[in-house]
Amino acid sequence: MKPAPFEYIRAETVLQAQEWLAADPEARVIAGGQTLMPMLAMRLVRPTRVIDIAGIAGLDEIAVTADHVTLGAMVRQVAVERSAALAQALPLLSKAIRFVGHPPTRRRGTIGGSVANADPAAEIALVAMTLGAEVLTTADAFAARDFFLAPMTTALPAGAMVTGLRFPRVAAARRGTGFAEVAMRQGDYAMAAAACELVLGAGGEVPSLRLGIGGATPVPVLLDLAAPTRDAVAAALAPLEMMHDPNAGAGYRRRAALALAMQALDEAQREVMA
Amino acid sequence: MKLALNVNGTDRVLELEDRTSLLDALRDGVGLKGTHAGCEHGVCGTCTVLLDGEAVRSCLILAAQAEGHAVTTIEGVTPGPGELSIVQDSFVETHGMQCGYCTPGMVLAAVALLRDNPAPTRDEIVEAISGNLCRCTGYGQIVEAIALAAERLQRSNTP
Amino acid sequence: MTVQLQPPFRYVGKKRRVREDRRFVAGGGHYAADLVLAGMLHCAPVQSEHPAARIVAIDASAALALPGVHAVLTGAQLAAASEPLMNGANTPLVVRYPLAVGQVRYAGEWVAMVVAETRALAEDARELVQVEYEQLPFVTDGEAAMVEGAPLVHPPHGSNVLLDRHFFWGPVEERFAAAPRKLAYRVRWARSSTVPLETFAVTAQWDASQDVLDVWASIQMPKFPDQIARSLRLPGNAVRVHYDVDVGGSYGVKRGIKHAVLVGHLARALGRPVRLVEDRLENMTGGDMQGPERVFDVELAYDDDGRVHAMKMRALDNVGAYAGRSPFQLGKPIGAIVGPYAIEAVEYHALAVASNKTPQEAVRGFGQAPTNYALETGIDKVAAALGLDRLEVRRRNFIRAEQFPYLIPSGTTYDSGNYHGLLEKTVAVADLFAERDALRAQGLLAGVGIASCLEPSGGNSSFEPLLNPMNRTTTWMESCRIHVDALGGITAAMHTTTSGQAHETLVSVAVAEVMEIPPERIRVIRPDSLASLPSNSPVGSRMAIMLGGAAVRAAQKLRAQLLAIAAHDLGVSPLELRYSEGDVHAADGRKLTWQELVVIAHREYFRLPPGVEPGLSASSIYMVPTGGELPKDDKVQMYPCHSFEFHYILVAMDRVLCRPQIRRYIIGHDCGQVISPDVVKGMTLGGIAHGIGAALLEEFSIDAQTGQPTAASFMDYLLPSAHEVPPVEIVHQTTRSPLTVFGQKGSGESGYLGSPAAIAGAINDALAPHGVRVDQLPMRPALLSDLLEGTHA
Repeated sequence: MKPAPFEYIRAETVLQAQEWLAADPEARVIAGGQTLMPMLAMRLVRPTRVIDIAGIAGLDEIAVTADHVTLGAMVRQVAVERSAALAQALPLLSKAIRFVGHPPTRRRGTIGGSVANADPAAEIALVAMTLGAEVLTTADAFAARDFFLAPMTTALPAGAMVTGLRFPRVAAARRGTGFAEVAMRQGDYAMAAAACELVLGAGGEVPSLRLGIGGATPVPVLLDLAAPTRDAVAAALAPLEMMHDPNAGAGYRRRAALALAMQALDEAQREVMA
Repeated sequence: MKLALNVNGTDRVLELEDRTSLLDALRDGVGLKGTHAGCEHGVCGTCTVLLDGEAVRSCLILAAQAEGHAVTTIEGVTPGPGELSIVQDSFVETHGMQCGYCTPGMVLAAVALLRDNPAPTRDEIVEAISGNLCRCTGYGQIVEAIALAAERLQRSNTP
Repeated sequence: MTVQLQPPFRYVGKKRRVREDRRFVAGGGHYAADLVLAGMLHCAPVQSEHPAARIVAIDASAALALPGVHAVLTGAQLAAASEPLMNGANTPLVVRYPLAVGQVRYAGEWVAMVVAETRALAEDARELVQVEYEQLPFVTDGEAAMVEGAPLVHPPHGSNVLLDRHFFWGPVEERFAAAPRKLAYRVRWARSSTVPLETFAVTAQWDASQDVLDVWASIQMPKFPDQIARSLRLPGNAVRVHYDVDVGGSYGVKRGIKHAVLVGHLARALGRPVRLVEDRLENMTGGDMQGPERVFDVELAYDDDGRVHAMKMRALDNVGAYAGRSPFQLGKPIGAIVGPYAIEAVEYHALAVASNKTPQEAVRGFGQAPTNYALETGIDKVAAALGLDRLEVRRRNFIRAEQFPYLIPSGTTYDSGNYHGLLEKTVAVADLFAERDALRAQGLLAGVGIASCLEPSGGNSSFEPLLNPMNRTTTWMESCRIHVDALGGITAAMHTTTSGQAHETLVSVAVAEVMEIPPERIRVIRPDSLASLPSNSPVGSRMAIMLGGAAVRAAQKLRAQLLAIAAHDLGVSPLELRYSEGDVHAADGRKLTWQELVVIAHREYFRLPPGVEPGLSASSIYMVPTGGELPKDDKVQMYPCHSFEFHYILVAMDRVLCRPQIRRYIIGHDCGQVISPDVVKGMTLGGIAHGIGAALLEEFSIDAQTGQPTAASFMDYLLPSAHEVPPVEIVHQTTRSPLTVFGQKGSGESGYLGSPAAIAGAINDALAPHGVRVDQLPMRPALLSDLLEGTHA
């Protein structure tokens, strides 16, 4: 199981990577490589050049400002897991990151790689969708809902690369988050997953609830909820297309999505109360 | 391509195809056969090595990506010929292996865990090795080995 | 009859480090893929993309034109130069070669082999091999394959049925007629396997100046050198298999004969060492390592007390595209067809059916675990039908301790057992029913699973002549040779490969016990096949019994030699001497030390008894203790020893997500006298983990429309991780076998034989209050959830 031949090159700047990508439509970016390497090994992708972006200065930075939390494309998943600043500013992502793969893959896997790959079961994409993040690319910034188009398919223009993920920061007096998923084995691709953030503003206004579903649907979905109730979640899930595979059919995924959404919501509510 | 890899503290210059994984570079380029291939697609963890002290899958890293980083293999955590580290000795004490094929990866996953977390709970041990499959042992004696190693390491660090 | 050594033991049964671990933990194992030979070439197979097709043409010119590519071997070329691989069943028209000849019979079948300077280059070249196919109709379902008009996998054979044997043991119809109650059910065991983390690897080198083929292979295969030689038309002594290769797991499947024949042929033809290391995709599709795939139809005749009097079982196994030895996996369970129960009469219909799927290989238990699952399901059903406690039904049906040795209807005598004792000891650990009810009160689905199973051990091959009367092989031996060098060091040789079962430790402990010398002082080696005595390899849970037996016998002979030398030297009868820790003592206080005896044997011929040859060496070729009779009246003694395991577990799951979690796993285990406690424990825990996979996760699934495998990598064939395997509580009982040197029985398949049945039972107990049940494996969450949903629809 060896890749087809390719040329390996290291980009030192985003501009350089961008130029190389523009010059060669068959070139691919490698970030952490945790998804690309198996695809290369199985010869499911056969790039002419593999552009390593790990050496680009600044791409591995986590920046927390008053309005945004920005993660560079090369931020390793383990860095999210270990970041005290993110646990504070973006607790849902900190919570979800522990569901991504296994410790060794999180040590190499990156934020940008996961986003660009657009696996429907990806927890990072689900959190991005749930919290209304923007995908930053060399071409443009995309709202998450405009970026993820279909399984393994994104709006990333040819020749462009993902450079980061930018989350809005919402001021909150109290915040609760919840994350739940079901997979065949712990750490496997989720058959269904749910992410929830519940925010109480300082002024006692109506709580803001964001509840997203992943794994079950072709792309992660932010549910349009009339109320934080089981019936409302079920109603929001009803029109959604569910995926199926030999492990789980659409019916199971729909029920699991509902159950997990309620678990995540419950967890978030308990955190807010606490 | 010509690559400079730091393996077990020694710099080595290798002539490899660009497509070569770190796993193949270690086995065929450096000649260190203690790192084993299990699936070559990043699921089983058999090929685990340490990269800058952290457990990673060497089949999911191009050799070229490891340039500039410190690579440690099972040979690198073995103190000397015929000698065993505390972690390795603990695996022997509990018989935390059978065929030995996943063992180097398991030992390295344990080394990485215990460096960060000297007193792991059972759940933390399980999480740390959850990306390393073993088909022989059912994991029981491996978990025991890591718990024993933690206990011994803590004692060895106590004056 | 074996003279049995009696406890107390010095070394047997004592906690002791496993000697093999020292090299493994340092990365010092020597696996087949680690071998580097000068000028070695690498292989990559071209695999069939169709489940059935005629091979119209193979054009390898573009591949051969790549610099560094040395050969592209086709099936037709190999068939011209070799004999077909061995057939187990009596099916001479089901012809199998390592590469497809004229027709492909399953998706993934190896069609051609590319040989190049590097593995990566061989993979590049195989993409350039053009195979023109003419697609043929195919069938992948075992039952569909038996229907008149189904596409024939091997048209010359005239049918897809490779084996069809119907056995009647005891008064089946009378018992059914007399029984007040009957039930019938069907269970399905999906195709899974042992899936070792090391794929199959083999390197061969032809030495043209000595006419010898050297083979290093990751094998666990009886008669491996003979089979290579026969297929390559070489004399038996022209094949030298190196048994000192460490095998990275096998649990049955590492047979690798097609791989070795292929590589052996290439090494000879090319005059260079040739290596084939399967990658994981090749291993899972074309490596011929998948396991049994069974449909059982069972009927039980029982009474109002829950006593089962008779059983009718039809086992249909979809063995895939070629036969090999896989149909025999329907045969081994005959030796424990009634499990631990006193069922008086059995009808057994064994059907092996070919289909356009990957061929099967031996899997831990050789068909016993699926059969146990079928039987245990029935015992649970009897309990449910009568509203009886499942434990109580087992108690009522168990063979009682005083009934041993116990002859079962199919002709095997169970050596010993105390099933009631172990059940009571195990259930005393915890009241899992109370724990279950507490979980149910929390709103979870929860169930208790119970399985009581035998592990027939000490393997002979009696099922072969039973299922195929053309086969008259009943000799099934294991061997050990001990040599004491001129400095007094002891070296013991075993004559097969080892794949994690700590055989070197076993031999050292067995020899040490007899010689009264610490195991650490005994070196254990694995010479090559040309330097070896006959062996049948570590199959059939046999090595503790057979290799342990051979080691003890050889050591006893050595001890007798020492006594004879001492008796002559001291001028007394050997009967007046006492052997102790290597020294020999006379009644009058005189003694000869180990070193003195060694010097006499090696250097002082004048002190040796007349006619005694110099040196100290002894060997044993040990036969299965129950002998080797041919079957009579469709009955035969199968394996000599019968270990017992009693699984008692608690499973819980969420009502919607239905991901079963094993909350408690208690197993009672009785394998007679334990020799190496840590080894037995590891085997049991590993077997349970394997069973968890078979019950919940693992299946070589296939797309019925296209015939393509849908689980061909570790991304979709799911092995249990540390998260999925719970802590296991082991309860020990020792019921010695009267047949073996220490009273030991086998443990190499323990855990696996009952864990799928126990997990299935627990899940069905969890589902029972909701009025649904599942009788197929694996029990995936979605399947369970969908069933529950169906009841509410």
